[in-house]
Amino acid sequence: MAEFNPTILAFCCNWCSYAGADLAGVGRLQMPPNIHVIRVMCSASVKPEYVLKAISGGVDGVLVLGCHIGDCHYMTGNHRTAKRMPLVQKVLKEVGIDERRLRLDWVSASEGEKFQKVVTEFVGEIKNLGPNPMRGVKW
Amino acid sequence: MARIGVFICHCGHNIAATVNVEKVVEFAKTLPDVVIADHNLYSCSEEGLGSIRKSIEKNKLDRIVVAACTPRTHEPLFRKTCEMAGVNKYLFEFVNIREHCSWIHTKEPDPATEKAKKLIAMGVAKAGLLEPQKETESSVIPTAVVIGGGLTGLTAAASLVAQGIDTHLVETSGRLGGILGDIEIIGPEFSRSKELLDQLVSELKGSSHAKIHLDTKVTAVSGFIGNFEVTIESKGKSEKVPAGAIILATGAKEFVPTGEYGYGSIPGVITQLEFERRLAKGDHPKRVAFIQCVGSRQPGREYCSRVCCNASLKNALRIVEAEPSSRVSIIHRDIMSYGTASERLYREASDKGVVFLRYGLERPANVTRKQKGLVVEVYDETIDENIDIDADLVVLATPMVSREDARDVGKLLKVPLDKYGFFLEAHVKLRPVEFATDGVFICGSARWPSSVSECIGQGLAAAAKASIPIRRGKVVVEAITCWADTDKCAACGSCVIACPYEAIEIVEDEDRRYAKVNEAQCKGCGTCVASCPNDAMQQRGFTSRQLSSMIDALIKNAMEET
Repeated sequence: MAEFNPTILAFCCNWCSYAGADLAGVGRLQMPPNIHVIRVMCSASVKPEYVLKAISGGVDGVLVLGCHIGDCHYMTGNHRTAKRMPLVQKVLKEVGIDERRLRLDWVSASEGEKFQKVVTEFVGEIKNLGPNPMRGVKW
Repeated sequence: MARIGVFICHCGHNIAATVNVEKVVEFAKTLPDVVIADHNLYSCSEEGLGSIRKSIEKNKLDRIVVAACTPRTHEPLFRKTCEMAGVNKYLFEFVNIREHCSWIHTKEPDPATEKAKKLIAMGVAKAGLLEPQKETESSVIPTAVVIGGGLTGLTAAASLVAQGIDTHLVETSGRLGGILGDIEIIGPEFSRSKELLDQLVSELKGSSHAKIHLDTKVTAVSGFIGNFEVTIESKGKSEKVPAGAIILATGAKEFVPTGEYGYGSIPGVITQLEFERRLAKGDHPKRVAFIQCVGSRQPGREYCSRVCCNASLKNALRIVEAEPSSRVSIIHRDIMSYGTASERLYREASDKGVVFLRYGLERPANVTRKQKGLVVEVYDETIDENIDIDADLVVLATPMVSREDARDVGKLLKVPLDKYGFFLEAHVKLRPVEFATDGVFICGSARWPSSVSECIGQGLAAAAKASIPIRRGKVVVEAITCWADTDKCAACGSCVIACPYEAIEIVEDEDRRYAKVNEAQCKGCGTCVASCPNDAMQQRGFTSRQLSSMIDALIKNAMEET
């Protein structure tokens, strides 16, 4: 059997984590090619529906990355993300999906190395969890 | 139906060495609504932009996707190209296949190529749903705030004032001049710092446009480019200053050794800045040993502070010129006398008898106090032997480090710092002295250890950039604001509570109630979007349909693959 190669979606906020991801690129920090970034202005604009849509469509893991608490470009946007995403994890658990398929973390514009670490760890964790059971489910 | 053009950039070898661009072009041609897919060696070059423009016109494209580097630096350029070809600039979508793909998967060309395909499929899906937008303008308060009254801040403030712009200079200490106030002579020209500082201070004091606030701290900053409100506090009294632009020039400080080479325990072992103060008082010792890179270029503080070698060269020359029989040695790891003038200084010091000895990090020098004075024992790599140097004074050239309050200032202004606590500018080459946040600028040693001429250059640059919005009198607000779909809105008010800018209110219209966004107040964070239970709140350029289409495209292309 071929090695499980997870598909991972990441939401990065424009001001911190997307810039951190750019910095990782500039520094040529290598990481697994499983991650696909969608740029949003603030992590607080990531609707729970996006996460659920991705997971129910078979995406193996979703990362939501924002600015560190206190550093949000929009003052308190990430406070909402910090409260919202654990709720989405609860929903996932409730419907029988391992809640570790969604991870929330903070990456600042200067933390290219942290971006690399978070992505590498998350890809490793999703590989351990195995394929998303929703893969191949016909709706 | 949209007519989408996809342009994929090789970026020389930056992308093409990892991602198979030709394969990706063939793939892009198969995507829905794509009329043409092409590739450029450098899309951002005059030639690349020209060919994109011609292609837009020839193929009557109405949606443009460029897959290249990061939108954070190059989006404005491609948007402008679209506009020049007659396409609304909001019908442009950027796909990052360099920073987020080729550069981080250099050893995995095949998976990187597959990933680039998926990213482009996501971008094309979103592009098909983009809508033209109209930008709004907002006014600019014709006042600037400069934080930091050192050389850089003074230079920036004096430049703004000379342009007739009302400027508030905020300094935490009770005096102007910063670190330069402790330094008598400036290298490599051996000019007097007092003349330079006095000149700047008198320009400010003599102008009705300048207001100097000493012993004053910035305690809060709100607003955005053109309309900031800076709260400053002095002796318990606080004042709100409205400003169109903010310049950050808080500087750095000298690293104080933590016992290295006997600092603090052996009398006569001092730092460069302490030595500067002694020299300023007319104290010229005859036997001096400088030790370079004390606390820098080592694990934990890897950077070169850039100014310390030149400072030692300058002071070594001052000693030997005052008394030619003086014995001065510079114990270094590498002499970084960058720039032609400083290189001349290095040669001159060598000619005048200053001894240069090179040491390695693994065998640092050892300082002891003996009866005859201080003795520096140095292992010289060239002759593979230990040498004893007698000295009256050992000067430790320590690096500049960030100030303790840098993090607090960064939080106030919502601007990032690097891992050493220096402020991170938007892009060293493409957007120098700017922050990613519009209207806030960075200059001087708060950004990176800088020499006197660099501080002046950056201060002037920041002042020039800050004056652009102020002199234009208006700024264009990016059309990424939110709106409420009144058909879906149930007037629950979740968005009203969620909005950090109080930009949303519930309004009544005949028999209906719904949310209404005040676009002038909306900053485009999209917080309201995720808080809306009815999918009524939408953000321009990031609508739920657009983002959902990206997720669909990822699922479609990833699941087919496996």
